Amino acid sequence: MKANCWYGKNDVRVEEVDDPKILNPRDAIVKITSSAICGSDLHLYNGFVPTMSKGDILGHEFMGEVVEVGSAVKNLKVGDRVVVPFPIACGNCFFCQKGLFSVCENSNPNAVLAEEMWGHSPAGIYGYSHLLGGYAGGQAQYARVPYADVNPIKIENGFTDEQVLFLSDIFPTGYMAAENCQIQGGDTVAVWGCGPVGQFAIKSAYLLGAERVIAIDRFPERLGMAREKGGAETLNYEDVNISEALEEMTGGRGPDSCIDAVGMEAHGHGAIYAYDRMKQAAMLESDRPIALREAIMSCRNGGTVSVPGVYGGFADKIPFGSVMNRSLTIKTGQTHVQRYLRPLLERIEKGEIDPSFVVTHRLPLEEAPRGYEIFKNKEDDCIKVVLKPWEE
Amino acid sequence: MRTNGGMVKVDEKQLARGLGWFSIGLGLAQILAPRQLARMIGVRERPILFRLIGLREVASGIGIFSKARPAEWVQSRVAGDMMDLTLLAAALGLNTSTRGRVAVATAAVAGVTALDVLCAQQLSSGPNGKPGAIHVEKVVTINRSPEELYSFWRNFENLPRIMNHLVSVKNLDDKRSHWVVKSPGGTTVEWDAEMTMEKPNELIGWRSLEGAQVDNSGSVRFERAPGGRGTVVRVQLDYRPPAGVIGATLAKFFGEAPEKQVAVDLHRFKQLIETGEIPRTEGQPAGRSRSTSRVYDDFVRG
Repeated sequence: MKANCWYGKNDVRVEEVDDPKILNPRDAIVKITSSAICGSDLHLYNGFVPTMSKGDILGHEFMGEVVEVGSAVKNLKVGDRVVVPFPIACGNCFFCQKGLFSVCENSNPNAVLAEEMWGHSPAGIYGYSHLLGGYAGGQAQYARVPYADVNPIKIENGFTDEQVLFLSDIFPTGYMAAENCQIQGGDTVAVWGCGPVGQFAIKSAYLLGAERVIAIDRFPERLGMAREKGGAETLNYEDVNISEALEEMTGGRGPDSCIDAVGMEAHGHGAIYAYDRMKQAAMLESDRPIALREAIMSCRNGGTVSVPGVYGGFADKIPFGSVMNRSLTIKTGQTHVQRYLRPLLERIEKGEIDPSFVVTHRLPLEEAPRGYEIFKNKEDDCIKVVLKPWEE
Repeated sequence: MRTNGGMVKVDEKQLARGLGWFSIGLGLAQILAPRQLARMIGVRERPILFRLIGLREVASGIGIFSKARPAEWVQSRVAGDMMDLTLLAAALGLNTSTRGRVAVATAAVAGVTALDVLCAQQLSSGPNGKPGAIHVEKVVTINRSPEELYSFWRNFENLPRIMNHLVSVKNLDDKRSHWVVKSPGGTTVEWDAEMTMEKPNELIGWRSLEGAQVDNSGSVRFERAPGGRGTVVRVQLDYRPPAGVIGATLAKFFGEAPEKQVAVDLHRFKQLIETGEIPRTEGQPAGRSRSTSRVYDDFVRG
């Protein structure tokens, strides 16, 4: 089959590889009909995630048709149409049973590696480094889905791929980010980053009852989407001082909740930005927490900072004194996608949201390398790329 | 998880780290300020020689922090110390040197040499000061009852399913069993073991019988976790390989990362019992000749 493989910084290639096989009784094989490039894939593409190996198949946002099931998979059959969540969960451990699927204790075969890095291991993730299991990803024509009896959700109505594909990651990720804000009536939520997760965080904040959402970015097309599709007020950090603008917009108090939908490769300007770029380049810090710092400093007293943005290791100069002295709450985590599949599919069915609004580019899988390049450089107003593995 | 140190007085790893920083600091000083340093220790200014020695120091220091073979890097420091002592002895005889200062510098290097030798010895011997003796303890919580876990473990023939380095275990009778273990170079080591302790649903202990190539013992305890949260499993293993070639090879094999090995085995135990299978990627597709990563997956999974 064809698969998009990682070979190094700025180097992904579509290669001919073996078809996946059933390796364990709870596996299924899915023939992929749509697979997206995630903003977090750019961290791999830019070389900021450790423990990648040449030839790793990328991709963790995919859906398709079941073509084979292992002997222990009873709830799926060949021909079922499924969306696959990006974290791999066993369904049996203490954490899965608490609904904390992305910190499943059993699905990472390289748990001891993650324990060295982070103290304890989270769940395995498709195509997202050997620290997270070294699983082959879904930017391919087929994928092997472990624990297929508990992970995928069946799609049994006539939605298009693009309407349900993002249940795999970015819609639940934006939704969990908003849910973590514990929004109450009258709340103002500020969202750093208007990439796909930011867009879903904006929509979700309104779905969960926010009064106002303020979206922050520097790309006009992303701010435009936040305004037009999301209904947010927008701020361009290249034009205004964000802290001052938020202060002014919220009566001097600050937003009730702040969402960092940017993560480890934030941009900014001035001396602090130069400082972080240098430290990161010299491997003295793994993450540049520019958006996170600003979110903390801007948040109102007693408010919540919610972090769906991906961080990898160590970030410097986090104003923890501000968090402590002003009673802030920080909520974060890889998304417990399995927990949101059913309720969010219901919201799609009820017409409360149509997730396909984020898609700007559709490319055949063959053109994945070009997809990464335009997504990375925000060429051609690119916001979300969907790859079609079976189209020429 | 901890590795016990019976006879060890100084924490050799901490000592190694101290020596590592010392190396880097001294090396940088030699590279950046060779003339000042030469004046300080009372020898003729020879910046190129000083810078080369500085590079050696920095390399040793970085090597010690590289983690893979700190013992060898500390040994490289011992060799460096010998070289420095030789140079200083030669300098003592020259009239370009300030004798008093050179003597002080020599005494300082001799002191550091003693520390380096001590550290190198402790790092390359086993943690109990006896070459190759290994003690490992590890704990994991499993979302099942003690009864279920006990009955799995009580039949030693199940253990190769979770322990990667076991080829097979065969029960000889109710107490005794025959163990076959992978050893480096594709060979195997075998021994007979007997159960030494047994408390149903709580405790199993075993040890190798007289004449085993590797004298070893182990135990596993099952305690009901508080709040109905399954079972706490505590495993303890001791290996006492004999002297000689086989002993050394085995000590190396088990000794490279015994804690990691036990951690991986206990993860497998938990995975198998809780989910019915052990997650794997061996056999999956990849854009390279191997399905897994030699550097990461193979290293971790043992």
